[in-house]
Amino acid sequence: MTAVPQAPPPDDCLARNEWICGEYLSTRRHILVDAVVQHLEITCVAVAIALVIAVPLAVVARRWGWAAGPVLGLTTVLYTIPSLAMFSLLLPAYGLSATLVVAGLVLYSLTLLVRNILAGLRAVPQETRQAARGMGYGPIRLLLTVELPLALPAAMAGLRIATVSAVSLVTVGAIVGYGGLGNLIYAGMNTYFKAQVLTASVLCVVIAVAADVLLLGVGRLLTPWARASHA
Amino acid sequence: MKTLTDTWDWLTDAAHWSGDDGIWHRLAQHLFLTIVCLVISCLIALPVALVLGHLGKGGALAVNISNIGRAVPTFAVLVLLLLTPLGQYGEGPTVVALVLFAVPPLLTNAYVGMRGVDRGVVQAARGMGMTGRQMLTRVEVPLALPMIMNGVRIAAVQLVATATIAALAGGGGLGRIITAGFNLASTPQVVAGAVLVAVFALLVEGIFEIAERLAPAWARGRVG
Repeated sequence: MTAVPQAPPPDDCLARNEWICGEYLSTRRHILVDAVVQHLEITCVAVAIALVIAVPLAVVARRWGWAAGPVLGLTTVLYTIPSLAMFSLLLPAYGLSATLVVAGLVLYSLTLLVRNILAGLRAVPQETRQAARGMGYGPIRLLLTVELPLALPAAMAGLRIATVSAVSLVTVGAIVGYGGLGNLIYAGMNTYFKAQVLTASVLCVVIAVAADVLLLGVGRLLTPWARASHA
Repeated sequence: MKTLTDTWDWLTDAAHWSGDDGIWHRLAQHLFLTIVCLVISCLIALPVALVLGHLGKGGALAVNISNIGRAVPTFAVLVLLLLTPLGQYGEGPTVVALVLFAVPPLLTNAYVGMRGVDRGVVQAARGMGMTGRQMLTRVEVPLALPMIMNGVRIAAVQLVATATIAALAGGGGLGRIITAGFNLASTPQVVAGAVLVAVFALLVEGIFEIAERLAPAWARGRVG
């Protein structure tokens, strides 16, 4: 029995399991990129779907007062369901899939979006609406060209909160294997892989902050009149 | 429909309620974790928010902390703490992560509530010769109480919901029923765990609602 000569174990930060490790970034770059892409996809799709559902819900709740109670009540109840529980409650319907995580996030984002858009619509001054009516605007034109634009700042504020929350909630999707960067955090926890956990966590926060700043910019571009009044 | 009946069967099986993995034990852990974290968060956030609100300073701080808090995933904080030396202390990382999560809504609501107190009322109190401390405890805090309690309510419900994440990192609480269900590939158990947590969260929401209805009129923010 002769011992097979073995290469000495590499003495880099990966072997020493350090928190900050350049070696990790260079050797696992494709894993990180894949996770970031999945994270962004799930967040964007979920927030986009939530927005498409939230606008009509808010408009209906604004137009017919009796609808406001049920709409707000339902979305608030949905919000109190824990994320881990939400993903598991949807499990029978969607199975272990990215759709499951998207569906859960849509339900969460709805509450924030509906509340903010409705608040924005309600804040449109009665005089403004009457002026538009007096200029011969029909209800549809009033909604599309006066009410919705004026509700934009409040809606954008809700969209920013919903997006930032969604970015951080995606991580919990790791329980079903579709958590974007959460997958790396979950795997890193089980293998005690410090560099992976820290890198993925930091990337999560970076994505959230970047999305927030991006939406802030978009909001400013969409509402030039708001800037003019400040000048 | 099959899942629903299977879930009902799982929930009504007496064997699932007793023992260290049983529902009663997990519920007790969950309740304990929520209360401990809520008390610690209130002790940290409320004094700071009340004093800042009284002085009228640090508004940007309160709002920014709240925004940053939303951007940091609780799960990531939990795992990061777990890998530090703090990880040796059982529920330590969970408590710290949950407290960090609960402080922002408490801070923001209490601060906004304090700033929302009618300036005229505050000046009247000053005119009556009240000291700063008297104004804080007898005028501003009572008037801001509805907003402060709203923050506590949001924090409590969110804590119940988020405490489930502890289970992902091997901690106790109702989340364990869900994660154990995933490991056993038992959909009825996963759904049963989810229902239990959701009911618990709604129950806490309901308790706050009832407390608010029963509170005296001035505490509900109504004059007269």
